[in-house]
Amino acid sequence: MTVTAPNPAPAAEVPKSSGTRLVDRVFKMRELAILLVFLVMIVITQIGNSDFLSEQGIKDLLLNATILVLVATGQSLVVITRNVDLSVGSTLGISAFAAGTYLEGGGNSVVAVILAVLLGIGCGLVNGLLVSLGQVPALVVTLGTLYIIRGIDSIWVGSRQITAAGLPDGFIDFGSGGISAVPYLALIALLVLVATAYYLKHFGSGRELYALGSNPEAARLAGIPVRKRILAAYTFCGALAGLAGALYLARFGNVDSGTGNGYELTVVSAVVVGGVVFTGGSGSVYGAALGALLLTSINSVLPALGVSSVWVLAINGILLILAIAVDRIVALRVATALKKRNARHG
Amino acid sequence: MTHRSDADPAPVLALKDISKSFGAVRALRDVSLELFPGEVHALAGENGAGKSTLIKTLAGVHRPDAGQVLLDGEPTLFHGPADARDAGIAVIYQEPTLFPDLSIAENIFMGRQPRRALGRIDHKATHAATLALMKRLGVELDPDRPARGLSIADQQIVEIAKALSFDARVLIMDEPTAALTGSEVARLFGVVRTLREQGSAVLFISHRLEEIFQICQQVTTLRDGALISSEPLDGMTEEDLVRRMVGRDLDELYPKQDVRAGEVALSVRRLTREGVFTDVSFDVRRGEIVGLAGLVGAGRTEVARAVFGVDRWDAGEVELDGKKLTNGAPSMAMAAGLALVPEDRRAQGLVMDMSIERNIGLTGLRKTVRAGLMDRGAERSRSLDWAVKLQVKYARIADTVNTLSGGNQQKVVLAKWLATGPKVLIVDEPTRGIDVGTKAEVHRLLSQLAADGVAVLMISSDLPEILGMADRVLVMHEGRLTAEIARTDATEETVMAAATGRAAA
Repeated sequence: MTVTAPNPAPAAEVPKSSGTRLVDRVFKMRELAILLVFLVMIVITQIGNSDFLSEQGIKDLLLNATILVLVATGQSLVVITRNVDLSVGSTLGISAFAAGTYLEGGGNSVVAVILAVLLGIGCGLVNGLLVSLGQVPALVVTLGTLYIIRGIDSIWVGSRQITAAGLPDGFIDFGSGGISAVPYLALIALLVLVATAYYLKHFGSGRELYALGSNPEAARLAGIPVRKRILAAYTFCGALAGLAGALYLARFGNVDSGTGNGYELTVVSAVVVGGVVFTGGSGSVYGAALGALLLTSINSVLPALGVSSVWVLAINGILLILAIAVDRIVALRVATALKKRNARHG
Repeated sequence: MTHRSDADPAPVLALKDISKSFGAVRALRDVSLELFPGEVHALAGENGAGKSTLIKTLAGVHRPDAGQVLLDGEPTLFHGPADARDAGIAVIYQEPTLFPDLSIAENIFMGRQPRRALGRIDHKATHAATLALMKRLGVELDPDRPARGLSIADQQIVEIAKALSFDARVLIMDEPTAALTGSEVARLFGVVRTLREQGSAVLFISHRLEEIFQICQQVTTLRDGALISSEPLDGMTEEDLVRRMVGRDLDELYPKQDVRAGEVALSVRRLTREGVFTDVSFDVRRGEIVGLAGLVGAGRTEVARAVFGVDRWDAGEVELDGKKLTNGAPSMAMAAGLALVPEDRRAQGLVMDMSIERNIGLTGLRKTVRAGLMDRGAERSRSLDWAVKLQVKYARIADTVNTLSGGNQQKVVLAKWLATGPKVLIVDEPTRGIDVGTKAEVHRLLSQLAADGVAVLMISSDLPEILGMADRVLVMHEGRLTAEIARTDATEETVMAAATGRAAA
């Protein structure tokens, strides 16, 4: 027996169990990193414009983020299962109009909100059934429902418009009111966010959403009711889009057939910037909410710094690509580190 | 050796006269099998003998067309994997199916986590239960570590822990050792012995015969979907087992001609691809078949891809007939006379929806051009020529290749590359998943090519194939070439020792 590899180079020195700690740290840091970017941005803006963080300024910042946070929370659940819901913008629009029409007819505010949520649940169920039963890629299915729901909305609404004047005063006051600098709407969003995060971490069905996004085949083998869970995720996403529609109505008091048009892309951006991995199985709703906060704040930061708002979209795009690039690089580095570690142990 | 006691004569799980077909292919024909508690039962058979189908039937993935699955003697129908799991049957696959993003503890207890009030998961209890399982298996793994990046061996441990966590009485292990190193195999066998002593029934599938003799008491052999025998291993020899599996003598399966090796055709010098393989040097001479052995993931395929130019190399050089090949240029390698028949014929070797003639014609597109346009007549006659030479069995040459059997698909890939008239042919797992008859034909073909002066480099995980066909055996272990063994010195032991890194390198 002859040996053809005479001088093996020493393997790179990797401390023991660095793989574990590295992976842990990266996933915990993902949310922290966004928070840091957000804070730095706010501080810089405050230095450049001392009026920025007035009570009204903070309130606007939070109000602007509220609706996106809600929809992004719902969207996260769907993305975690390795799917996507592109119809959230349309769902938001039609729910807002439905609630508005009901209120203009002299309806009760609470019932109006429930109505919007139910309509959202209906849209979510349709999406969920099509995706889970049809075995069709979610991107295509929800692109279809995006246009269908928007189409129905346009036919129904026509050129009509709901204005604040037609809505009950209490409803509008609730939409703009709050406890000092914290708007009621933001409190609702925060409540939903915390409850969802708690559910995802502490309930079996919540963990199963991660499991089936991480490895659908393994999920099936583990006996997880895959279709039921996907249906539930879409229904929840639809419900939050509906709730967001009602809050949109309360906040802006103005809804027409174009409300929520193109919103789905902002939502998906917020989710991805927030570190929810588009291929499923990883990420948190807190991350998605921070992503939403970051994206909406840019809208307020640029004017405060005297930069034209035409830059907003471009900056959103850059953030999105940066987020994905960072995730990819980190994933590769982690993989290499783990490989080296395993090679040493093998 | 037999541990079956008279006090406990009832099989915990049995198959009775099971048949299963996929389209026209009869994967299983009237197969019966009995698994007893406290016994490790081997399932032997060649690739395509029906082992996977049998396992999937036990696991509730496939439903048999005919026959019964008996659980504790009662006929049972599994509607899905969950039913089989609830019945206490666990399958550990060669490549375990874990959730890479979730922790080890979550992987083990997914769907069955210990609960607190209001149905909330008890994370502490889950962690503790995982630690207890790891202790019972005698391994150290951090329950909170994500499954991503675990070695195959550790992933299997997680799967076994999962099986233990729901008190599996039947453990089915599908080629669990294929990708493990020597020490990992020893650890796995320790775990299996513990389980056997605790009264589990184990069904063990392995291509390594010595492992079957080492750990099993009973063996069931399948060939072409039919049951050949089911008997105690006591008193059997490896030759007996091979004869049952193959159904003929080995000489016939490996028709290696003695050829005098000519001058060096392919010379690889200190080839390195960062993190994949390191400092690989070897020669292949005209008329020679050189076997490249090693475990899955040792870097053999990667070396072949780099030599052919599909992947770039970071250091070293490759010479063909004394001419240096350019790094990362497959078309140049082809022009110089190199051909690579890839490992995964469906994904890399063939365009499945294209006809046989066009698939064979793909490598000759430049040669069958007239006035800038494809000469379909020339392409057809060239393809027909090779299809006949290799005895591809097809209805019409215009049929798509996905209508062919695996063996015939492999012949089409070979035809495609032989049509280029290569001086050096690299074949990666040339007979994986094809039936015995076609396998012998492919071997005869390789032997004939070598006799005609082609230099052949054959990558294979099939040890008998390496031993039967190669003039020289190169062995890789974790990205390095660890041994070069002459045909006369090559045995299962010497090759495996080098492949698992047990040899003093």
